[in-house]
Amino acid sequence: MSGVSIIFKNVRHLSMKTMRWLWLLGLVVVAFRYLSPSMSDQQARPITTWVESVRDVASIRRENHLPHRTVTDRSNQNPDQFRESVNHSIASINAIHQTHLKNIGLQSAEEGNWLTICRRLSLALVGQGLSLEEIRSLQNAPEIERVDIHLQNLFKDPRYHNYWAERWTRYLVGTDGGQFIVYRRRRFRIWLSEVIAENRPYDEIVRKLLTAEGLWTDRPEVNFYTATFDSNNGEADPIRLASRTARVFLGLRIDCLQCHDDFLGNVNLGDRDQIREGKQQDFHQLAAFFSAAKTNGLQGLKKGFSNYKYQYLDAKEEVTVEPKVPFAEHLMPDLKDPRERLAAWITHEENHQAAVAAVSHVWALIFGKPFGEAVDDLPLDRSSQPILDELAKDFVAHQFDLRRLITVITGLKAFRCDSRADFPITEEHEDQYAVFPLMQLRPEQVAGAIIQASRIKKTDRDSSLLLQFISFTSTNEFVERFGDRGEDELEPENVTISQRLLMMNGKMVRESIESNPILNTTAHLAMFSKDDSQLIESAYLCTLNRFPSENEHQHFLKRLQTGKNRNQDVVDLMWVLTNSSELTWNH
Amino acid sequence: MRIDRNRHNEFPVAETMKNSIQQQETFPLCNADSHRFSRRALLASGGSASILASISKAIANEEDNGSKNKLAAKNVILLWLEGGPSQLETFDPHPGGLFGGDTKAITTPVPDLMISELLPQTAEIMQHASLIRSLTSKEGDHERAIYNIKSGYRPDPTLIHPSIGAVLCHEESVQAEIPRHISIIPRNSPGRGGFLGAKYDAFKVNDPARPVPDIRSQVSNERNARRIDDLFSVVEKEFQRGRLQKLDLQRTLHQSSTDAALKMMSSDQLDAFDVRKESASLRDSFGDTPFGRGCLAAVRLLEAGSRCVEVTLGGWDSHVTNHLLQSAGCETLDPALASLIKLLQERDLFESTLVVCGGEFGRTPSINPAEGRDHWPHGFSMLLAGCGIGRGRVYGATAAEPKLDAPNPLEHVDQPVTISDLHATIYRALGLSSDLEYQTPIGRPIKRSEGKVITEILS
Repeated sequence: MSGVSIIFKNVRHLSMKTMRWLWLLGLVVVAFRYLSPSMSDQQARPITTWVESVRDVASIRRENHLPHRTVTDRSNQNPDQFRESVNHSIASINAIHQTHLKNIGLQSAEEGNWLTICRRLSLALVGQGLSLEEIRSLQNAPEIERVDIHLQNLFKDPRYHNYWAERWTRYLVGTDGGQFIVYRRRRFRIWLSEVIAENRPYDEIVRKLLTAEGLWTDRPEVNFYTATFDSNNGEADPIRLASRTARVFLGLRIDCLQCHDDFLGNVNLGDRDQIREGKQQDFHQLAAFFSAAKTNGLQGLKKGFSNYKYQYLDAKEEVTVEPKVPFAEHLMPDLKDPRERLAAWITHEENHQAAVAAVSHVWALIFGKPFGEAVDDLPLDRSSQPILDELAKDFVAHQFDLRRLITVITGLKAFRCDSRADFPITEEHEDQYAVFPLMQLRPEQVAGAIIQASRIKKTDRDSSLLLQFISFTSTNEFVERFGDRGEDELEPENVTISQRLLMMNGKMVRESIESNPILNTTAHLAMFSKDDSQLIESAYLCTLNRFPSENEHQHFLKRLQTGKNRNQDVVDLMWVLTNSSELTWNH
Repeated sequence: MRIDRNRHNEFPVAETMKNSIQQQETFPLCNADSHRFSRRALLASGGSASILASISKAIANEEDNGSKNKLAAKNVILLWLEGGPSQLETFDPHPGGLFGGDTKAITTPVPDLMISELLPQTAEIMQHASLIRSLTSKEGDHERAIYNIKSGYRPDPTLIHPSIGAVLCHEESVQAEIPRHISIIPRNSPGRGGFLGAKYDAFKVNDPARPVPDIRSQVSNERNARRIDDLFSVVEKEFQRGRLQKLDLQRTLHQSSTDAALKMMSSDQLDAFDVRKESASLRDSFGDTPFGRGCLAAVRLLEAGSRCVEVTLGGWDSHVTNHLLQSAGCETLDPALASLIKLLQERDLFESTLVVCGGEFGRTPSINPAEGRDHWPHGFSMLLAGCGIGRGRVYGATAAEPKLDAPNPLEHVDQPVTISDLHATIYRALGLSSDLEYQTPIGRPIKRSEGKVITEILS
């Protein structure tokens, strides 16, 4: 008799009741194995240091099946030199900032604690807070190294390049569906995710976008153009592309020049020493570059000649408009293809305005707010902005290295200072980055924070398929109801009644905090915490990524110890923390 | 006005949410029925100082706002026909001609005015409404055209323009316990606050046959009160410690919005969403459809204090089997529209309520091989009735057999009206100046509308 037959025969003798108990026991064992490593301090695991992460670029490339780089390869840099160079940049920009604060008589807040800074990093780079698993892992490292370790871990995390790819996609092509068949937004986003994962230089990405050729399916960057096909009868729309290019790559809002000269003094162009009012011609000369992008049936987008015509306001007839840039014309290279000329001009190392525009956008994604009035409104005649200017020079000097730029910005005192202080904080303190500015999280960050708070472990592509599916569907529904701001996601907003109703009574929060022993933090804390104190501490770490204050700790301890239904009290604790403004604001 | 970019010489100051704070929403108190989350229970069981303080503030603000309400209340009901209804099958039939299709025209009480036979009940009330039959736009894509017609501006990558409902609500400081700007069955295009702020976004609800989403607490009153107490007396208090002064008022509006949401949860005015409170015969007259119920709820919501309610009816994008799809749409629209006009009159709301009915564009005069009509923004119709609008008037006309490949598609449209003109006319009818200039958050001046008022259809 085979072994299988013996087992089957014995199993048949077990009662159904016994089977059910065995099944339940099996579930408990699986759940315990899943949770126990995260509930307490973990065994020390290998920690990726800054030095290692710099070397790790090559392995990321291999993991993502990306071709080997032919441009300046920063993975060959000496890690010590890299670190020294970054520290030097941070120190020089901090000095400028502190001098400025001193000059205007503002006191700066002390540096925030490591958990607060790590939460800011997570929100900026992956769009959700830290998991308890991540916090426990970081606690194994010396406190002084935790922030840097977390940053390097995030750089290697697929959530980082996926999240930034979506943000960039919104910025570059918007959120509209575009024309069916010829526009593949998802393909475009995946391509961006790949180039961000590989840390391709920013200037190279810009050149690829502006000079894109081929079919939108096998050359995803072509979708930068096909996104505009719907408003120009199946051809690239030079008007929309000029507007987009001015805002995204030049930090200039020149849209009003499409219809008329500037008569309000809002748009000043020309070289810095010879600023002049914006003309209608400036807009259409920029648009003329894009008329060289021709659609050629199944071959997709092809190179061509510029043939842009326009009838200016008050003119009697249409005229041919030659491609021309609105400032720094001397940087324009002598190339035949108009789009290549424009791309080379925008990415020219002396085109400071374009570099400032790039830095401005990275800054806004990290802080959740623009450095100035708007992320894409950096007039040529603006007064000096030393921090942006220095960051832009540093960005260009280091081969448009995005990861290095993020490392420098997140190393600044402006990013690491506390949002609270022992002196009265005014809006001016926030405006001048003397304290970290409070900003409401974007809808997808709120959804990410709620989902992450409901799990002990990090929610990423290694999570179970069920979790990923729940996360995907509930996030979409939540963001739609919370109010997706589309391309305006970096503009400040405040809380609305609909948002509060959604948070207090909505399905996503309810399902995230209910006592579900398979999926949720709530049940796991109730089952596996060694005592109520640890439960409260873990609940705070999971949701708000901080330890409770003594007052908070005592209050909820009393709640749990005097309550009649412990599970219900834990659910209520999670509801309170999830509904706090602290969860939905970056601080 | 230009924003001073040189403040402090080096660091530009972000324009934050100061304006929205000045217009902070406040809500009067009301009685709660026993089936809902009760404020009395909240106070009895929670009794936190923070909640009492916020309620007393609400009472104080209510008194303030009472003196500010100097505008006579004007309302808008937008019957939004999403997908592009055919003008030929609704308000501008050309029967018997080359492009008329299967649709015949029927008479109305207005001499010489005929509309589609698919709208028999609407035909009977046309003496109370007016038609624009010559709307034109430059947008033939759904998404862009919807934006255009709801905001009065073509899509602009640099900013989002507010919809009519947001503009109307922005004009008034008086508040209700329920939202003033509501979108019923919103599909993909609820009215937006745009640069006026997200708080003017339409509050979205689905078929009034179902409960308002997220309005019911998932736990008992006592338990909810304890949660709220823990939230504000413990966790929020800790968050505010050492941070920006007057954090809630100056920045987050977290407590203010929570208070308003709690009031809404316990408000008697929520009954306005429940059309079952109306007689069966009245409900039947609107049609047993989500759209019909939405139109009935719209009247109830205006009575309760809402200012703009949009009700969406989709299914008009008839690229194939045009007649079938348009007939189905009209079957739902017809009883609801006619009953809406009658009910507004019966309840003395017609003179103060502007009814707007139409879609993002019309449909091609020609019928394609799939027996469908495609998108046509060069001459389509919009019905207007009520507040500030003349009775039984028709403005503009389309040709029965226009040249489809004409270089100037407008040459066959008599008295063409742009989308901007439509908006300017709507604002005039509501007693609002279309010339008013807004400052966007970055200081860009934007007119409320750049169009020309069509005085011929105003009362």
